[in-house]
Amino acid sequence: MADKATIIVHSGDMDKIYSALIVANGALSMGMEVSMYFTFWGLQRLKKGGLEKGPLSKMHMLGIGKHMIQSRMKKVNVASLDRLITDFRELGGRIIACEMTMEIMGLKRKDLNEELIDEYGAVGTYIREARESEITLFI
Amino acid sequence: MAEIKIDVRGETCPIPLVEMRKALRKSVQGDLVEIIGTHPASRREIPMAADALEVKVVSNEQNGDEWKIVIQK
Repeated sequence: MADKATIIVHSGDMDKIYSALIVANGALSMGMEVSMYFTFWGLQRLKKGGLEKGPLSKMHMLGIGKHMIQSRMKKVNVASLDRLITDFRELGGRIIACEMTMEIMGLKRKDLNEELIDEYGAVGTYIREARESEITLFI
Repeated sequence: MAEIKIDVRGETCPIPLVEMRKALRKSVQGDLVEIIGTHPASRREIPMAADALEVKVVSNEQNGDEWKIVIQK
């Protein structure tokens, strides 16, 4: 069994999506398998055109704070979320979308970036992944 | 035996690690991968990743702001 990391992405905040994808890409780069389980606010980021839309978790200030952080990130050349999720997929990372969140939020598969999603599941799918993982995170 | 060169100068976390991994996935046993970058933590972490992936670090040099690491699959 390969080393594995499983990450629940519950938050849709921009900075937390960055944390989740950076940890995930780091784990893949160091030879682990990685599954990301997108639920609740996190799932909103998988909506078509939604990846970069998250607010900042603190000091969002109607978007002013986010704009300031984004310009700092640009200055130090931080990769875009789009690049990080593309790299994640290229390195073999798997994305699971939470079906209950889809029901709650009234989201259909066609509303989501289906090409990014490997599987649609519920808590059983998460446990199946997590029980064989050395690293599990809830972000 | 091929030699693959990657330039991640100016890139920050986690791109140097990611690009190293991409290159290793595309290479075959015995290939050399040369990575040039400037992100300070990656100079320490690429060898950590090489250990985890059981590939050999052939060299690791600092030259001003730049570092050059060669690993062999």
